[in-house]
Amino acid sequence: MSDQIPTTTPAAETMTGAAGAEAAVEVRGLNKQFQTASGVVHALEGIDLTVEAGEFVSLIGPSGCGKSTLMRLIADLDVPTSGELTVFGKTATQARLDQDYGIAFQQAGLLPWRTVAANVALPLELHGVASAARRTRVADLLEMVGLTEFADRFPDQLSGGMQQRVAIARSLAEQPRLLLMDEPFGALDEMTREKMQTDLVRIAADTGAAVVFVTHSIPEAVFLSDRVVVMSPRPGRISDIIPMRLDAADGREERDDDLREASSFFEMVTEVREALHGGASDAENPAPRAARGVDTR
Amino acid sequence: MTATRNDQRGEVAVRPANQSGAVANPARTRLLGGFLWGIAGVALIALIWEGYKFFGPDNGVLIGELRVLPRTTDLAMPHLWDMMTRLAEPVTRADGALPLWAVVALAALMTLGIAAAGWAVGVIVGVAFALLMQRWRLAEFGLLPWIVISQTVPLIAFAPIVKSWGSRVEIGSFEWQDWMSVALIASYLAFFPITVGALKGLQSPDRIHVELFDTYAAGYWPTLVRLRLPAAVPYLLPALRLGAANAVIGAVVAEVSTGLQGGIGRLLIQFAGQASGDPSKAWGPIFGAIVLGLVAAGSVALLGIILKDYRRTEEAA
Ligand SMILES: Nc1ncnc2c1ncn2[C@@H]1O[C@H](COP(=O)(O)OP(=O)(O)O)[C@@H](O)[C@H]1O
Ligand SMILES: [Mg+2]
Repeated sequence: MSDQIPTTTPAAETMTGAAGAEAAVEVRGLNKQFQTASGVVHALEGIDLTVEAGEFVSLIGPSGCGKSTLMRLIADLDVPTSGELTVFGKTATQARLDQDYGIAFQQAGLLPWRTVAANVALPLELHGVASAARRTRVADLLEMVGLTEFADRFPDQLSGGMQQRVAIARSLAEQPRLLLMDEPFGALDEMTREKMQTDLVRIAADTGAAVVFVTHSIPEAVFLSDRVVVMSPRPGRISDIIPMRLDAADGREERDDDLREASSFFEMVTEVREALHGGASDAENPAPRAARGVDTR
Repeated sequence: MTATRNDQRGEVAVRPANQSGAVANPARTRLLGGFLWGIAGVALIALIWEGYKFFGPDNGVLIGELRVLPRTTDLAMPHLWDMMTRLAEPVTRADGALPLWAVVALAALMTLGIAAAGWAVGVIVGVAFALLMQRWRLAEFGLLPWIVISQTVPLIAFAPIVKSWGSRVEIGSFEWQDWMSVALIASYLAFFPITVGALKGLQSPDRIHVELFDTYAAGYWPTLVRLRLPAAVPYLLPALRLGAANAVIGAVVAEVSTGLQGGIGRLLIQFAGQASGDPSKAWGPIFGAIVLGLVAAGSVALLGIILKDYRRTEEAA
C-alpha cells in the first residue's frame, strides 16, 4: 500500500519484530469482534504491530477505528477474538499481573474521596510500598506534573486538566517499562498540552519506557513518536506505519519546543495527514475509509 | 508568551487557595438555615394547636356523625404550657417520685439502647447480605427476592411468639432476655434498607475505576476496601438513617406488643391509660418518642459528617 516508503510496510515491520530481542508489545494477526444486539462489530482485523522496548508509538485514526480496543487488549482488560498478543514476551494477563505497564485513560478516573497525593499513591499502596518511600515518590511525581501545592486537594477541587495530570503521575508511579495512554491530553488546554508533551518525551527518555499513545492530534503524534501507526475504521486496521524522521530525533531527549517549528516537523505532519486522508482513494484497499473525525491541529 | 509557556499552566478553572473556606461557609449557612426552618416549623405547629384549641368548637368539627377534627377540651387537647409544666412535676404523688421528664428520659434511653442494638445487628446482617450478593450474582438472584418478601411478613404481629421462642433459648450461661426479642424485631426492620442501600453502593463504582484496580492486579479484598466500600458510603448513609428510624419504630412497637417493662413503648400505653385523670401526663412519653427519633437520626447524621470526604464526587464542582 505504501510502496513509495519501503520502511513503513507491515512486512518490514514484521521482520524487525521477529529479529528484536524482547519487544514491549508484539501483536500478530490480531482480531477483535464484539457481539452486539445489532450484530457483530469488527473492531480490529489483522493487526500486526511490534513496539520495541523503549520505543514511542502513537496510534492515530478516526473515531471507532479500534485504538482504545487495541489498548485495552494490550492492558488485558479485554481478550482478543483471535491472534497473538505478547507483552515483554509474556501473555497480556501475565504482564498485567507482573505490573509491567502503567495506564492512563481518556478520563482521569481519580478516586473522589482521595486527595491528589493519595490518588497518586494508590498503586504504590496496593503493592505494599513502605509509607516513607511512598511519600518521597509521590512528592517527586507531583513535582514533575507541577501539582506539588495541590497535594492535599480533592479531585473535585481541580480542573479537568489538573485531574488528568494527576492520572498521568499515577500511571508513572511504579516506573513501568510500558506506558499505555489513551488520549490522555484530550482534556487539556493547548498550553498545558504542549508542556505535558515535552514532559512526557523527557520522562519516556529518562525511564526508557516504551509508550503506546493514542491521540487524535497529528502534531501531537509527530512530536512525540518514533513511529506513528495510522489506523482506519470498519473494520479497524493498520493502514500505515510511518517512522518519524525528525532532525532532532537522534536523541529523543532533544525534542523540545523548537522542534515544533522545524521544517522536518511540518513535513512529517503532512506525511501523516496524507496517510490518514489518502487511505480512502488507495486502490489496494477498496474498503471505504473515511478519515473524518481526526483533528489536524 | 514564550516566557510563560513553560511555567504557566494556563488553567483558568484553578480555584483560589482560600476556596475550602469559601466552600465551608455556604454549608454552615445551610445548616443554620435548616435549624431555623426547624424552629419555625415547631412554632407553626404550636400556633395551629393553640389557635384551633382557642377558636375551634368544644365538640370538634363534625361532618354528619364523623368527627374530622378533635374536641378542643383540655382532656383531648391540653394546653402546650400544661404539657410542659407537667413534665417538670413528679410522675406520681408518692414521696420521692422522679419528675415526669426524668422518668420519660430513662425509658427513652432504654428504648434507644435496645434500638441501637437492633440497628447494629441490622447493619451487620445487611452489609453481610450485600457483600454476598455483590460478590456472587447467583446470591443476588437467590437471596434478594426472599429479602424483599421477608419485609411483607409483619414480624411485629408475631412479637409475642418471638418472645416465647426466645425464652426457651438457653445456651450455657447465656440466657435469652426479653429485651433481646425487642432488639431482634428492631433489627428485622432495620436490616432491609441497609441491605438494599449497601448492595447498590457496593455495585456503584464506575467501570473505569474497577478496571483501574484490575490493571493493578488488585484482588477482591483490596478492591473492596479501597474502592467498593468507600464508593458505597453515599448510598450507605441514607440507608443507615432509614435503618435507624425503622429500628426505633420497631423497638417501640415491639415493646408494646411484648409488654416489655421500662421502655418508652410501655410508658406510652401506661400513661395513656391515665389520661382521663391527667391528660398532660400522656404527652410526656410522646415527646420522649419524638426526641428519641431525632437522636437516632442525628447520630447517623454525625456519622455522615465524619465520613464527609467519602461523599465527594469526581467532577469539578
Ligand atoms: N464493549 C464493546 N461492545 C461493543 N462494541 C464495542 C465495544 N467496545 C468498542 N466497540 C466498538 O468497536 C469499535 C472500536 O471502538 P474503539 O476502540 O473505542 O475506537 P476508538 O478508540 O478508535 O475511537 C467501535 O465501532 C465501537 O463501537
Ligand atoms: Mg477511544
